[in-house]
Parts: sequence; C-alpha cells; structure tokens
Amino acid sequence: MSTTPAELRFAESHEWAKQEGDLIVVGISDHAQEALGDVVFVELPEIGKVFAAAGDQAGVVESVKAASDIYSPVAGEVVAVNDSLTGEPEALNNTPYESWIFKVKPANTDDLGKLLDAAGYKALIGE
Amino acid sequence: MGQRTPLFDLHLALGAKLVDFGGWDMPLHYGSQVEEHHQVRRDCGIFDVSHMHVLDISGSQAQPWLQRLLANDVGRLQQIGRALYSAMLDTRGGIVDDMIVYLTETGYRLVVNAATGAKDLAWMNANLAGYDVRVEHRSELAMLAIQGPNARQKIGELVTQERTALIHTLRPFEGQQDGDWFIARTGYTGEDGLEIILPASEACSFFNDMVGAGISPIGLGARDTLRLEAGMNLYGQEIDEHASPLTSNMAWTVAWAPEDRQFIGRAALEAERAQGLVSKLVGLVLEERGVLRAHQVVRVAEVGEGEITSGSFSPTLSKSIALARVPMATADRAEVEIRGKWYPVRVVQPAFVRHGKALI
Repeated sequence: MSTTPAELRFAESHEWAKQEGDLIVVGISDHAQEALGDVVFVELPEIGKVFAAAGDQAGVVESVKAASDIYSPVAGEVVAVNDSLTGEPEALNNTPYESWIFKVKPANTDDLGKLLDAAGYKALIGE
Repeated sequence: MGQRTPLFDLHLALGAKLVDFGGWDMPLHYGSQVEEHHQVRRDCGIFDVSHMHVLDISGSQAQPWLQRLLANDVGRLQQIGRALYSAMLDTRGGIVDDMIVYLTETGYRLVVNAATGAKDLAWMNANLAGYDVRVEHRSELAMLAIQGPNARQKIGELVTQERTALIHTLRPFEGQQDGDWFIARTGYTGEDGLEIILPASEACSFFNDMVGAGISPIGLGARDTLRLEAGMNLYGQEIDEHASPLTSNMAWTVAWAPEDRQFIGRAALEAERAQGLVSKLVGLVLEERGVLRAHQVVRVAEVGEGEITSGSFSPTLSKSIALARVPMATADRAEVEIRGKWYPVRVVQPAFVRHGKALI
C-alpha cells in the first residue's frame, strides 16, 4: 500500500505534478519508488530542455533493480532541476512527494487538469 | 505460490517485500536493500537461507563416492568439522552445482543450492550404483546465516554457554554439531559470520530472538550485492551446466592430485586444459554513473567480446560492479553496452571488497 496525496495530479507513468506559482513541479509517486527499489542514480533533464508534448522523455531513474525513464506530465520547458538528487538519490525512496525532480514552465495552463487526480491514480494502481 | 521456508510468516510480519527465487517466495528486502547491505558490512545481519538444501552422506564408501562425484577432493578433509568448496561436474565438465562440504561425525554434510536441489539428488542417485552410500535430504532442518564483523560476538551473547564456547573456537570454514544445531563459520558475503543449521521447529523463535536483540533481518537483494562485492559466483548466473570451473574463477577448487582420482568430468577438464583456456571470469568497475547488468555485452579492443554474468550497484564502493566472462587476452580496460551506448570499464580481479574494505 502506497500513499497518494489528495492535492496532487498524476500521470499514468507514475509521475506526480503540482502547481507552484506559474510552474509545474514534478516527482515520482510512492507506488513508483516502491516498485523501483533503492534508487542509486538520477539522470536529470537539462535546464532549457523543451518537452513538445506531455509524455516526452525527461530523464532516467536508475535503481538496483532497473533503469526507468521518467516523462514530463506536461508540455513546456525545464527551468529548474533538483541537483541534491545527485548526491542523495535515495531521497526519492524516503520522501517521494517532497523530493521534486524538475520544474517546468508549462506550454499550456490547462495541461495539469488533463492528468489523473488522486482518486483516479489510486484506481490505476489498484488501491 | 512458490515454496516457503518455515519463516515465511515471520518475514511478512517484519514487512518483507517478497520475490520469487528459484521457485521459493523469499524476502527481497525489509525496507531498503542498500541499508541492509551496509548493516552487514558495518555490524551484522541475519538471513533466512532455509531454501537451500542439506544433504547428509553416510555409509562405508562415502569418501570414495564423493571423491568420484566432486571436482574437489574430500580426502583433503582430515579433521571432523573441516569444510571445502567444490563443483559437482557432469561428464562434459559442466557444473551441475556448487556446494560446501563438511566432514562430520557420521560422514559428510553437503549444502547445495535451492533451485538445484532436485536436480542434484537425481544426479547423485543416478551415480550411486555399486557404492555403500546413503544420501539423506534433511528437509526438516532450516538454515540461518548471521554475517558481519560483529556476528559471532552477538550470537555468542544469545545462545547457551556451550554454544558460545564453540562459536569462539570455530576456525574459518569449519562447522561442528552441538546437540541438534550445526554451527559453521562460513558464509556468502565476504564477512566473518556463521551459518546455523537447526530444526525448522526452532528456527522461527531463534530468528525472532535475534531480531528482538537488534540484529537486522537481511533480504536476498542485499545477499546478492554482498556476494557480488565478494566476487562469489551465483549458480545460474556465473556458472551452470554450460560453464567449466576452469573459466569460472574456480580452477583453484579442482583437485588434480592424486592423478588417479577419476572424478566425473576430469577427462573433459583435462582436454579443455590441453587445448588452452579461451575465456576467464573477471571483475568490471564502472567509474561513472550507471548500473552494469547481467547479459550486457563487453567489448575488448582488438581481442573480442564477452558478456556480463552478474552486475549491480555496489553500496560499499558507491559505484557499479560486475562479473563478466571475457576472452583470455583481455587486459585492464573494456567497454560495456548499456541501453545502446558504450561505456568504458576497468577490468579487475573478480573480488571487490573483503572484510568491509575495498580491494580495487
């Protein structure tokens, strides 16, 4: 059983997203970190990278088990990345909802609304 | 649903995430395999390894039979309690299984792998004819491993005085019976520690007592990264029936002398040796970020190609390591293909950490 905070939105590929001012902040869900196992490396997107569409490849999370691509839940441009994950990748396991990975200036203001809400995500992961 | 050890419910109660291992439902970890790995290297931890099989060999011809069956020579075991590591080969020199063999009061005790138990018994029974030997599968016994620099000390504080005394006199690679417990100073982590074979009916409460005394339970995830750092083979990855001990970092376990000891597979190994060995098992270290994984291709400039047999992240070294079978002429550099790109790796001896210290 994982946790799914009610105020977040979720992509089907297990990223969470939330509004912060005019930016969208992105991380991975508790369900995702549990499935991955211990994270050992995070390949962050470059600042300035442009996602032409929601679902574009954003980076890689590598765990002891496997390497998993992460995708941007929204179209837009990367304006910030969480460099602390380079030295402390296990933060994604320990505090998945407090450990953001990147922040996007969205191309469209209503892309966030197209994502699953918490109830929808819980249904997706069967909880 | 796979096979379950007597401690299955206990693992669940301790929060284990389960995984299938060779047909057994085993704990992968109890929260973090990286933390569990560190716990063993720095202090100690306890593993349920009851999925492995204990085979007791008795009879007047136990020694000559095992001298035929195994590539190492049990004749080297001169004192009760001494143990050795050996491959059991087929007639083509391929490895049927690898195991530890102890000389006991009643004959020999073999500890063989979980996934190969049935195959091993079938092979042994097929090769029993003409020998006064009995093979007894001790399925009523469980097995626990307590590994780490503080393992023997901590266990010694929690058992009877006789057992504490025994624990402190055990030499490395020695195992002795005490009542219905068998205590050995062996392991699969590159650390000091014990492996205890005991009645299944006592295993749960002993495991519980250990955990209650603050000894961390350790899952198979950490078991794999620990043995990989120690350069130890895993049957099914480094070795199988297609692998010869001579190309698996196990040549040292083959006892060629005495020359008239006709162990099964000897002729095949002699032919292989005469032709010249073409590959070897080496260690690989990835200096940059990323994780080496089994089956990734290894390319050696001007020499040829090989393949990773086991790869993972090494928590102790904080980088990725692997074991790989590569052409004999491989020197100290190679490249590995990871998700379509080639990364340089250092080629090293196939042992990376010993007693908590980096060797490479």
